[in-house]
Amino acid sequence: MAKAKTKAALSGPGKVPVSVLVNGLTRKAELEPCITLLDALREHWGLTGAKRVCDRATCGACTVLVNGARVYACGLLAIDVQGDEITTVESLDQGGALDPVQEAFVAADALQCGFCTCGFVVSATAFLAENPDPTPAQIRKGMCGNLCRCGTYVGVQEAVSAAAKALSKAARPPARRAGGKR
Amino acid sequence: MSAYDWPPAGQRRILGTDVARIDAPAKASGRAAYTHDVRLAGMLYARTVRCPHAHARVKKIDLSAAERIPGFKAAFVVQGTGTEIFWAGDDVVAVAAEDEHAAEMAMRAVAVEYQVLPHLVVDSSADVPAAFSKPMDPELVGDPDGAFAKADAVAEGDYGLPVITHCCLETHGSVAAWGKDSLEMHVSTQAVAGVPEQLALALKVPQSQIRVHAPYVGSAYGSKLAADRWGLSAAHLSKQAGGAPVRLVLDRREEQEVAGCRPSTYAHVKVGAQKDGTLVAWQSTSWGTGGLGGGAEPPLPYLFRIPNQRRQHTQVVNNIGSARSMRAPHNPQACLVTLGALDDLAAKLGMDPVALLRKNLGLLSAHADVYAEELGVADKLMQWSKRWKPRGTMSKGEVRQGLGVSMHAWPGKAHPFQCDLTIQPDGTVSVRAGTQDLGTGTRTVMAIVAAETLGLPVKAIHVAIGDSAYPVSAASGGSGTVGGSASAVRRAAVDAVAELLARVAPALGVAASKLELAEGSVRVKGGGPSLTWKQACSKLGGLPLSVRGKNPGAGALADSGVGGVQMADVSVDVRTGVVRLHKLVAVQDCGLVVDRKTTTSQVYGSLVMGIGYSLYEEKLMDQNLGRCLNPNMEFYRLCGIGDVGELVVHLMSGPSYDRRGVIGCGEPAVISPGTAISNAVANAIGVRVPHLPLTPDRVLAALSGATP
Repeated sequence: MAKAKTKAALSGPGKVPVSVLVNGLTRKAELEPCITLLDALREHWGLTGAKRVCDRATCGACTVLVNGARVYACGLLAIDVQGDEITTVESLDQGGALDPVQEAFVAADALQCGFCTCGFVVSATAFLAENPDPTPAQIRKGMCGNLCRCGTYVGVQEAVSAAAKALSKAARPPARRAGGKR
Repeated sequence: MSAYDWPPAGQRRILGTDVARIDAPAKASGRAAYTHDVRLAGMLYARTVRCPHAHARVKKIDLSAAERIPGFKAAFVVQGTGTEIFWAGDDVVAVAAEDEHAAEMAMRAVAVEYQVLPHLVVDSSADVPAAFSKPMDPELVGDPDGAFAKADAVAEGDYGLPVITHCCLETHGSVAAWGKDSLEMHVSTQAVAGVPEQLALALKVPQSQIRVHAPYVGSAYGSKLAADRWGLSAAHLSKQAGGAPVRLVLDRREEQEVAGCRPSTYAHVKVGAQKDGTLVAWQSTSWGTGGLGGGAEPPLPYLFRIPNQRRQHTQVVNNIGSARSMRAPHNPQACLVTLGALDDLAAKLGMDPVALLRKNLGLLSAHADVYAEELGVADKLMQWSKRWKPRGTMSKGEVRQGLGVSMHAWPGKAHPFQCDLTIQPDGTVSVRAGTQDLGTGTRTVMAIVAAETLGLPVKAIHVAIGDSAYPVSAASGGSGTVGGSASAVRRAAVDAVAELLARVAPALGVAASKLELAEGSVRVKGGGPSLTWKQACSKLGGLPLSVRGKNPGAGALADSGVGGVQMADVSVDVRTGVVRLHKLVAVQDCGLVVDRKTTTSQVYGSLVMGIGYSLYEEKLMDQNLGRCLNPNMEFYRLCGIGDVGELVVHLMSGPSYDRRGVIGCGEPAVISPGTAISNAVANAIGVRVPHLPLTPDRVLAALSGATP
């Protein structure tokens, strides 16, 4: 979790300047102090991958990383994460190529309508950073902060497990190739 | 035989294999833009003032304070002075402002006075004041009294399911923008081609002037068929604001309170059989609510045409908002009431419930052979015959094991569907249809069928849907989209192949009838010159090839009527009343499978939703307040990844299933989980827990001998 901050103690009434580091870029906006990080991302900075679903820190569709840790962006105020590093789903696929976690979600059909999916993907990314070689039971526990109404949990379980394998393979020093194109 | 028929099993390259859904990368990366994600220049945000009373008349509306809120742009009175409001949360005034915060402030500043009227929001009994009750005529078949008198065993019990909500993760909503005389709307809908007609009628605008977009929809489950009051509000507000785009999306509270409602059903049932399990008599007194519009009419008894019946159903018409069709409407309710009662009857006879179902397959109106086969497959997957023991004897101790069985049917008939398939001279292929993908896999199904027929890889097909300007297709409901889309795209692609060969034949100096399409190429039959796909398409000249595919049409490509069997394995802690699902087996018939991966996902998803309504979900209404007590996602509890246990899906396949063609599979598997799990709990603890969800308090009450 992001540390509670007091630097914005004298905020409002009315809009205040807010500056947040998101995916390596400093984003600025004039925001009401009551605006959540999620709404700042979606309405002001055009990052709509995180979704507003329950809007009270229950379902995980708005999951982002704050200093590498999973957080419900609907449960944090934008003014309170100034000085923190925010990572959203938009930073995962570089140049349009999906990362191994996203690839695993696609391959395992761990999504249907897709509205919860970005939250699951970000959550799985952080979970695997904490636990690179999880057991099935650890995956169920580690991914229980995200809800899916379409019921894709069998796929999610499979995807997180497959992503763990893919990431550990990628992390190992590359094996000597026998030459030629892959 | 028709030229359109599906290729025989040995000749299918892609059909029936596991194909990853083609829009999954867009969804997994956040690039898929849903209605909630639409951001237009100058877009205003809208909120709705909602009636806090379950039944009231609007006495006075004062907008003056709202109009003074900085950023206020427009207000639209949805239900004006004098209007009678029939449920809490119904729309009264919609306001638009520069940003969401200002819209919220303006909404709160609207002052409405109400005359509060008497209400009823509960449905625990059919014995309600006459104003809230619509008893239906009793129905009689044969001689139930005589049959009960002669029956060897009679079981009596209570069964029920409360109102639940759809709980779509993308709440209902839209973004509306007026041009000079035309309206363009992004709508989270399952009827992209149907919403313009509804808007046109309500707004008195020619339908040709309305265009609706829904490229990505954050699920629907039956709740997003209408334009709804809030959709019209968005359009009105945009007009008042001089055409500025207006976004009106419901918040979670609104979604839970007014945008989702599966009717409840409760029943007292008496059912009789002969010693060998043959069903002879049925009697049910049932009731349920789907709000003022009714809509809670379960088809009782479910599946089994018991020869002697007496049925009486009462619609409780209360102030909870209108029912919306929800995944296999009425079926989960009728299934629990019927197959719960049959399970209790089997227990009374000392029979294995699977044997009782088998004994009565002759009473089904169709597919008895399918169910017989499915019961056998499910038995193996659950090890039922080896493991099952009579009620209350599966295990001793404080955590008791139990097994339960259920079965269901669903039509899944192909809907009307139209598409345009276009082959460009550069070889690219696109298919366009005014349909929608709710997460079911419509895009993927369309691409698979086109690719299979054209001899191309799936990734070569560009699918464009979610736009009312595309060829008109039906709303997605009743699991009809897969059959409709697969059939229409198949016809278009077969016609496209014929035309392509005809236009290419001169270049190869042979008659078109001498040509065939092989993988990625056009060649002369029996050897000879051939062209790659690209070379062949380049012979089209400057004009692309475009054909319209329709359903219904020539050839037998789709069918209807599927059966399924499910078995549940649970344990119940008799100290705490907590039910744990260990395993749920679903054996499902769905005709010819287009995409095994997304079809299987539909069944998994149905099981998860089924576990949710079996164990957790209930829209709680408070009679004093007249309001929903849990319009949020912490107290309206969905299944999480840790709640689902082991799920086993077996799709029935093989020649006898394939030859029927494509049948929808999005709904049937959601019907049985409630029944299979309820029966498993009864098997574990020795008594029936009458009503779902099987929460600890209900389980403990049943164990202590309480009646509902």
